Amino acid sequence: MSFTVDPGLYALGSPDRHSPVFVTANYKMSFDRLRNDLKNRDSWLLVLNTQGINVWCAAGKGSFGTDELSERIHTSGLSRIISHKDLILPQLSAPGVSAHVVHKNTGFNVRFGPVRSSDLPAFIDSGYKATPEMRLKNFPIMDRAALIPMELIIAMKWMLIIFPFVFMLSGLFGSGPFLSAAIRHGFFAAVMLTGGMTAGTIIAPLLLPWLPGRAFAMKGFSAAVIVLLPLLGLFSATSYPFPAFAEAFSLFLISSGVAMFLAMNFTGSSTFTSSSGVRKEMKWAVPIQIGCGIIGFGMWVWTLYAA
Amino acid sequence: MGQFIYLKNVTTLMLDEKKCVGCGICLTVCPHGIFYLNERHARISNRDACMECGACAKNCPVEAISVKTGVGCAIAFINSFLGRSDSSCCCVIEPVGKESTCC
Repeated sequence: MSFTVDPGLYALGSPDRHSPVFVTANYKMSFDRLRNDLKNRDSWLLVLNTQGINVWCAAGKGSFGTDELSERIHTSGLSRIISHKDLILPQLSAPGVSAHVVHKNTGFNVRFGPVRSSDLPAFIDSGYKATPEMRLKNFPIMDRAALIPMELIIAMKWMLIIFPFVFMLSGLFGSGPFLSAAIRHGFFAAVMLTGGMTAGTIIAPLLLPWLPGRAFAMKGFSAAVIVLLPLLGLFSATSYPFPAFAEAFSLFLISSGVAMFLAMNFTGSSTFTSSSGVRKEMKWAVPIQIGCGIIGFGMWVWTLYAA
Repeated sequence: MGQFIYLKNVTTLMLDEKKCVGCGICLTVCPHGIFYLNERHARISNRDACMECGACAKNCPVEAISVKTGVGCAIAFINSFLGRSDSSCCCVIEPVGKESTCC
């Protein structure tokens, strides 16, 4: 399955010399979404070579950029096909495209359309004017929820690698026969780690605006408290032999460290974190995460051994 | 729901109001609406919402805006720290039917 579209000029419907030109990335999903949102509107689509990457990311990397656009205008022979000089670009391509430089290079006018292609019909119908709302990149709960599977799959791969070791160490160091110790301590550890993963990859993204703290790692810790404390309560409420306080605390340390790390990684998927901010956050958050991991792990092995 | 604000007082965004000619392109391109026009000059109203994407600086015709751009992505920092410069970000995967997700 291919995720790219060949760069170049495409006709949507039956455009003529006066039809508008919309510029997009050669990521198939960007192209298809634009095509779909412009249904029944005759227009030209100028597809840039962004190596199959979406508009915003490509603009950040520079592949959806001034040079690529200027060159694509020439190679597509656009000026021989249309009689006007106006191009409509997605607003989120602005980090890569310098409108005044494109004008200087090619004579074409770059007009930045709305952030979302779904606003294009309204934008066109109002005489190519965007409302303030069309200009804002928001991050609603549905968008955040859509990112969860991707975050979860990556985290689960790591969990599948870690779990055999968790059960093995539980069996080796826990009291009693290998198998019963492996199951008793290993199950508790696996549940707590899964809780930390859930907090970092599901709860933190979903509850992002409501979790205390500005730094994502802090939000991850808040999410960990929300998930792990009820889990501990559940263990103590059932007939399951409740682990020693130190064992529970060590696993809380490790799991909240995992949640902080995973939530911090969600900065890459968010639409509002700055590079300077992430750098500042990581300066204190990464040492804490490593500390939680090392101290928690040492303590956990020790509690198994001492029990 | 209100606008998301990440850490405060960290952005490297600088606006030289003396150079500004008041064309308003920064108001157009900013995805977080942090600029406004005041008597034919751009001003910053909501500095902490800046995500350093660089759209404003790139499009300012008189170079009145400067900002140190970069992706606000922890994985990118970790990868560059580990010397994996190629995979600087997680940009390739995008969930079906959703807007740009990364960087």
